[in-house]
Amino acid sequence: MKLDCKHVWEHISEYIDKTVDAELRKDIELHLEHCEICSAILDSTRNILILTADDRTFELPVGYSKRLHERLKDEIEKSKHEPPVGETK
Amino acid sequence: MIARILAGEKEMFHELIRPYERMVYLTLFAIVKNEAEAEDGAQEAVISAYRHLASFRGDAKFSTWLTTIAINEGRKRLRKAKGAAEESIEEAEEGHEGDYTPVPLTDWREIPLEALERKELREALRAAVAELPDIYRQVFVLRDLEEQNIEETAEALGINPGAVKVRLHRARIMLQKRLVPFLKTTAPVRRGFFGRAL
Repeated sequence: MKLDCKHVWEHISEYIDKTVDAELRKDIELHLEHCEICSAILDSTRNILILTADDRTFELPVGYSKRLHERLKDEIEKSKHEPPVGETK
Repeated sequence: MIARILAGEKEMFHELIRPYERMVYLTLFAIVKNEAEAEDGAQEAVISAYRHLASFRGDAKFSTWLTTIAINEGRKRLRKAKGAAEESIEEAEEGHEGDYTPVPLTDWREIPLEALERKELREALRAAVAELPDIYRQVFVLRDLEEQNIEETAEALGINPGAVKVRLHRARIMLQKRLVPFLKTTAPVRRGFFGRAL
């Protein structure tokens, strides 16, 4: 089936996630071979996702892990005088 | 490891939680959108997971169970901050019609690796994600930032997989629209440099 650009855009997210069925995937790929606009949209969206998954984009606050484990240590110490883990209400 | 912690080796919980620290923080941040509040919430969520570890049944993944705790903690904080109307506002947002069409730019070309290294681009992306409507940002963070799958995301948020797909699509398109004008200024004349695949 020949797809128009709008149809490709509607499925672009699922195409990236590889959750479109085989036939639609083939149609989208055929369209992408000839459509520079859709190829650019696909590339830009993919690149945004690569950037999102990069740990440097969304960094944790400095010292977060240390503070978390200190708090946890206190909690564990406290719980040693309580019933076994998980039975606390 | 969980069985051993429950049997009394409580210190092992530090090791159990370590691989998920980032995920817990990001989940909280996706909801409360404030660094200090997200950190406080992440600590509370981890402590809560420790206290209620015996209720983890193993029929879900530990990461999904923990994400659910983090989401509940985040929502609790939001409700406290914004008042009890929050839930109904969230539901109302789902049905709203919007323009979820990506921006086509004929003179836009692929982003080279060096552009992806640019600090400004990361900042623009962080800002764009923070500005997404709540329901879209939460799905986007779980799926594309924490890389949880559709089923895990659906389970953690208490929505169906179809809603995850729709919200994720809309979130990605909104980000594409927001960032393309920015990417355009970094685009080189040549193409084919960028070769990484997802």
